[in-house]
Amino acid sequence: MRYEDDPWKRLGRPLLVSVRMIHDGDENGYDASAFNRAFRKEIAVSEHHQSHNHDHTEPPSDLVLRVQALESLLVEKGLVDPAAIDVLIDIYETKVGPRNGANVVARAWVDSEFRQWLLRDATAAIASLGYTGRQGEHMTVVENTPTVHNLVVCTLCSCYPWPVLGLPPVWYKSAPYRARAVADPRGVLEEFGTDLADDVEIRVWDSTSEMRYLVLPERPGGTEGWSEADLTELVTRNAMIGVEKAKKPLNIGRNR
Amino acid sequence: MNSAHDLGGMHGFGPINPEPEDKEPVFHIDWEKRVFGLALAAGFLGKWNIDMSRFARERQHPIDYLRHTYYENWLAGLEKLLVEAELVSPEELKVGKAAGPADESVQRRVLKADKVAEVIAKGSPVAMTNRTPPLYKSGDNVRAVNRHPMGHTREPRYVRGRVGVIHKYHGAHVFPDRSAEGSKEGRHLYSVRFTAEALWGESASGRNAVYVDLWEDYLEPA
Repeated sequence: MRYEDDPWKRLGRPLLVSVRMIHDGDENGYDASAFNRAFRKEIAVSEHHQSHNHDHTEPPSDLVLRVQALESLLVEKGLVDPAAIDVLIDIYETKVGPRNGANVVARAWVDSEFRQWLLRDATAAIASLGYTGRQGEHMTVVENTPTVHNLVVCTLCSCYPWPVLGLPPVWYKSAPYRARAVADPRGVLEEFGTDLADDVEIRVWDSTSEMRYLVLPERPGGTEGWSEADLTELVTRNAMIGVEKAKKPLNIGRNR
Repeated sequence: MNSAHDLGGMHGFGPINPEPEDKEPVFHIDWEKRVFGLALAAGFLGKWNIDMSRFARERQHPIDYLRHTYYENWLAGLEKLLVEAELVSPEELKVGKAAGPADESVQRRVLKADKVAEVIAKGSPVAMTNRTPPLYKSGDNVRAVNRHPMGHTREPRYVRGRVGVIHKYHGAHVFPDRSAEGSKEGRHLYSVRFTAEALWGESASGRNAVYVDLWEDYLEPA
């Protein structure tokens, strides 16, 4: 986030108003969830009036030069092979991504033995499909049910199961997600358009060790008899992080 | 250390504002790709481990950590590691010109393009053996110890002093606090379940829970 994007600065006045309103209306004083809801609304209004900014664009040109200078220095010293860097980038741009995870989920949906193996020993079950290696050395799969919804975060950095999901999206690494996922998961899910019934238990998994977490979403209704390949189309990256549910057949233009 | 990376429960950052999944590229601009590749490739020189990498990013001034974009933090951490490992001098970094080649012993470890796929698929497992039996078992009540080390730790502030229940024993994994100092020790690791109410007070839903992976050193009986 850049300084000029600081929401506190942008929203000083309306924010103070909404905080006072919460205090006036709540005899018990500070209410974190009400505060977050009001704050979110204020930001949403403000965002609407501003150009859409993301926190990764428009680097100062000296940053581009700094990276170029560092690479040429390391190459000159014989510390990196630029061709290896090209291969590293290509792997995560074109080969390793959330299609891998979707294959794991679809297999679990059609094969109950695989599903049980996945929940018991995710590292081995996932490796049997060929997905292994960096940032997926130790895997745990957590299963959504009608009464339990799982959500994955890394509050301390950006830990994420690379072999099955690829590199994390910007929002997963962002301060707002890391700050709020553990304290206000329901608010976070609402922001992704995911509404859960009040009696659903939300389990948040903070990736503080080298254990990596993948959510096994619920299989959507109306998919009886679908092939494994067709089912993968319903499995989004966001569903495997847990901020959304799997798509429904209608979402991909299919009734049956 | 208690720095800006330890974000769980902080207020004031505003909306998450996610890009639509089908619109978001893996990298948004070319320099991010190079920083990603450089950081990974340099890691294979064997001069630091993942905990040292994390600690290098965490040791930035909190304002810098929060102001930076993600790959700017990677870049800042990489520059720090290169200098601290004496692979690059501060002067070389400043002018972008090598005063001389790296030691041959280091150059022999350089990751080559034809080895990349193999080393990525292999990864670096952190499971280790620890002959001491684990102190806790599933269902035990534990308290996350209230400690504030100046070094690297993976015990987030928001669990310190809080009581949870052992959900699962993961086995012995490399202990990050020592690993960031360059020492590889296997310590027992657990998944610990904390109710939202235990962490965030009465206004939080008692139905919700946060599961945090914590090493035995971070826990005491409760």
